[in-house]
This record gives sequence, C-alpha cells and structure tokens, in this order.
Amino acid sequence: MFDFLQYNFIQNALAAAVLASIACGIIGVYVVVKKIVFISGGIAHASFGGVGLGYYLGINPMFGVLPFSLLSALVMGTVSKKSKIPEDSAIGILWSLGMALGIIFVYLTPGYAPDLMTYLFGNILTVPYSDLYFMLALDVVIVGAVYLLYKEFLTLCFDEEFTTVQGLPTEKLYLFLLCIIALTIVVLIKVVGIILVIALLTIPASLSRKFTYNLKRMMLISIAFGTVISVTGIGLSYALDVPSGATIILVLSLVYGVASFGMEILENIKNSGA
Amino acid sequence: MEKVIELKDVWVRYGTQTILEAINFELKEPNGLLGIIGPNGGGKTTFLKVLLGLLKPYRGNVKLFGKPPEKSRELVGYVPQYKGFDFDFPISVWEVVLTGRMSHTGFLKKFREEDKKAAEEALKTVEMFQYRDRQIGQLSGGQRQRVFIARALATNPKLLLLDEPNSGLDPHMQDELYRLLSRLKQEMAVIMVTHDLSAVSVYVDKIACLNRTLHYHNSREIPVEDLEATYQCPVELIAHGIPHRVLKNHEENS
Ligand SMILES: Nc1ncnc2c1ncn2[C@@H]1O[C@H](COP(=O)(O)OP(=O)(O)O)[C@@H](O)[C@H]1O
Ligand SMILES: [Mg+2]
Repeated sequence: MFDFLQYNFIQNALAAAVLASIACGIIGVYVVVKKIVFISGGIAHASFGGVGLGYYLGINPMFGVLPFSLLSALVMGTVSKKSKIPEDSAIGILWSLGMALGIIFVYLTPGYAPDLMTYLFGNILTVPYSDLYFMLALDVVIVGAVYLLYKEFLTLCFDEEFTTVQGLPTEKLYLFLLCIIALTIVVLIKVVGIILVIALLTIPASLSRKFTYNLKRMMLISIAFGTVISVTGIGLSYALDVPSGATIILVLSLVYGVASFGMEILENIKNSGA
Repeated sequence: MEKVIELKDVWVRYGTQTILEAINFELKEPNGLLGIIGPNGGGKTTFLKVLLGLLKPYRGNVKLFGKPPEKSRELVGYVPQYKGFDFDFPISVWEVVLTGRMSHTGFLKKFREEDKKAAEEALKTVEMFQYRDRQIGQLSGGQRQRVFIARALATNPKLLLLDEPNSGLDPHMQDELYRLLSRLKQEMAVIMVTHDLSAVSVYVDKIACLNRTLHYHNSREIPVEDLEATYQCPVELIAHGIPHRVLKNHEENS
C-alpha cells in the first residue's frame, strides 16, 4: 500500500512537509505565545507583492517573495510600533497594500502567470527538488537564530518592558523575530499557500500548548504534530484527489477541534469526580 | 557619596497632556523604604518609567547613581504593575527569575553558574525556591508577586522599584510583602508606589505624594496641605486608615 512512496514527487512532498513542520513548529510557538497572529498573517499576505514582482522580473517568484516578505516584516513592525495609527489598522493597510502591488505586477507581466495559484493556495505535490534546498537553507537559518537567541526571545515574548529594563535592544529583537517569521512564511508558502499559511503558524503551536507549559517542549510537540498531520493530509489529498494545502488545514483543524473538545470533556469528568 | 536618584526639573508629556510637571527629587540614602502615594492616574507609573529610562522626559535631567538610566541597568530592579498580563504563558518560575539576569549575562550568551546562583538566592529570599518548576499561572497572586520580586532581586539591584505591589493581595499577604520589603530595605534603596493610602504603614521610612507634581520633604510625615493638594479633597476623607503619626497636622506644620 506504500507503493506511492516510490514516486519522486511524493518523496519531495514528504521532505517539504518535514521541512515546513520544523519551521512552523518552532516559529509558530512564538507567534502564538506572543499573540502576533494578525501581524504574521499580514506579512504573509503582503508577501504576495513579492510573487507578483518575481513574475514581473521574470525570476523564480520565490526569490521575489523572500526580500518582499522581509521588507513587509520590517515595515509592519516599525509602523505598528511607531506610528500613531492603531496597530491593527496599520497591519490591515499594509496587508492589502502588499496584495494590491502583487496583483498590479501580475497584470503588468506579459503573457499569463503559470502556477500563480500554487502561491496562493499551495501545492506540495508539485514542489520541485531545487525548492527543497531553498527550504532547507531557510530552516537552518531559522533553527540557528532561535538556538542563539532562545533566552532573548523568551524574555521578549514574556515581558517586553522588562526586556528593555534589562538593557536588551527590545525593538530590534522584535523586528528580528518578525523577520524570522517572514522566513518561515516563505518556507510554508509552497506547502499551503499565502492564504493558508497562518493556519500552519497557529494550529500546531496552539495544539502543543495543551500538552505542556515548557516552550522548548511546545516546539518539539508542534513539530511532531505538524509533520504527522501534514503527511496525513498529503496522503488524503493524493488518495481523494483534492487540493493538498486545504486538505492539510482541514486535518489540522479537525485534530485541533477534537483535541480541544476531548480535553474539555476529560476536564469536566475529572472535576465532577473530585 | 553618590546620590541614588537625582531628578532635575523633569517634565513628561503624553501628546499635549502634561503628566509630570517640574519634578525635582533627590534620594541620597543607599537604603530605606520610600512610599510614593497618589491617586489613580496621578503619574506614579509614569514616574517609575522615567526612572527606568523607559520614558524620556521632554525636559529635565534624570540620573541614577550619577549616570543616565540606560547606563545603570545592572543596579536597578523593577517590579511592574501587572494588569492584563498573560499568566497562561508557558514559562516556569525559574525561567522568569533568570530573565532578571539578562543585564549581567549579556546578549547572545548562555546563563552562567553565577546567574543561576543569583536566581536561586533571589528565590530563596522570597521563599519561593521550592516552586521553581511551577508554571507561573499555577501560583496564587501573592506567590506570583514574590516571583516578580525575585526576578528584580536576581539583578542584584541597589535600587528596587515596585509599582503597586500590594494591589490584589489580601491583608495577610500584604503584611508578608511589607515584612519582606523591610528586610530588603536594609541592603538597598526601595521605592514602593501605591494609590492605597493604608499601605503606607509602619514599614515606610519616608513618604512622597505624587499627582502631576511631587511633594517630598525627606521625612515620613506628610504635611496635610500636600496630601490635600495631591488628592484634591479634604484630609478627613482620605486620612482614614493612615496611622496618625504619618500625618503631620496643621498646627505643627505652621
Ligand atoms: N501610553 C500613554 N499614552 C497616553 N496617556 C497615558 C499613557 N500612559 C498613561 N497615560 C496617562 O498618564 C496619566 C498618568 O498615568 P499613570 O502614570 O499610569 O498613573 P498612575 O500609575 O498614578 O495611576 C494618566 O492620566 C494616564 O491616562
Ligand atoms: Mg500605575
């Protein structure tokens, strides 16, 4: 029954799923505990501008997305902290600005944009071999940054003001965290697409939170969840011939829903028993 | 000897609103407990943030131990006013207290043996060492308050700033807190800010009143005029609960 594993594209898809799960497992934990889901969604959507730019310049759109998402992270982080506009409004404006730029770029590109839809909705079954190296390189950067800055990021997420009082460059740290989130988004785009990236950044981490109060353990658990669930999703989408990105998200949501519901029931039983 | 705190003509604004006005303040003694009282919105938290270098006054000069606040991080401990804080955050007591060592450890470095020693000592001082592996949400309000004091103590401060540390504590826990503070004040200068007048109890060595302007006379007695100016109402309404020897009465004062 595992003979589908012999196909190259399936092997690539599984490798991509693991690489994506590592990135989103680690960084998703920060997104969830620091409650920066909305700004992360903003960075993801704004980076569509980079996809458009890539098409317009005739380069691999991934190389347009990378600088564009980093730039979005820096601009959103700075504007949301510094300007007088409320943070969520600033994010909303930049979010749609990035997408609008992408649409204009695509429109200005002669001919039609092949596989534009894979950037919006992802298609892990078409990830080329070369993209795997790109994802691997980003994973190395992400894991390395978190290894080096573990205690700094922990303090930053727990208590920004106290981080400043301890003499750390809080604002730069926050912007750097957003940049790492941007890199993670780039890794995830091929898997689930810009529209659904935020699900991978939030669901595995939220799920792992139910099992531990330790940040490192949360990261490991959410990597495990992400891997198992995205592989399941890939199998299902292959078997049922439905889009892979959306299938992964559906399985994630289902597991999250069942786990939340199940734990609530367990809690109630425990409480009524006591 | 170096002054612990020196503020010269400090003004702070949010937008066009003046929050602190012409504050001149000196604290010379390297130990003792100063209570700062004032109504809600009087600028007490703002005042502490100025001392911590979190807020820049638009006019005036702030010095801690003869240096600007940014240069004296290792000498100052801070216990913020926790409202709207996420106590569900996945962090243990031990990890929280260690973050108080960051100014010593330095950027990008791992915590050293001496950092762990300091964190352990701080937790023992507040009698919370046995809870070091607990997640912070699984503590009572009073215990959590002590953990945040331990985090500040881990810095080995010469100046400890506490923002409304007594709020949300029951009378018994408040009493414990004051006893802890009066032990700590032997070794460092402690400033406690509160809007609760009854908190200014027997443990406080000196009192200042803050409501936009600061009234401070280097003593533990508050002239009635200062209190009335601070709270903008007659003393009879506010003196309830303050030990009488704290309040200086009109005759004495004039
Ligand atoms: N970030 C801010 N922006 C604008 N106004 C603020 C801000 N923080 C505090 N204020 C205002 O400054 C005044 C003093 O606040 P604060 O120092 O917190 O008072 P206290 O701690 O004595 O209750 C209040 O009127 C408050 O509304
Ligand atoms: Mg306050």
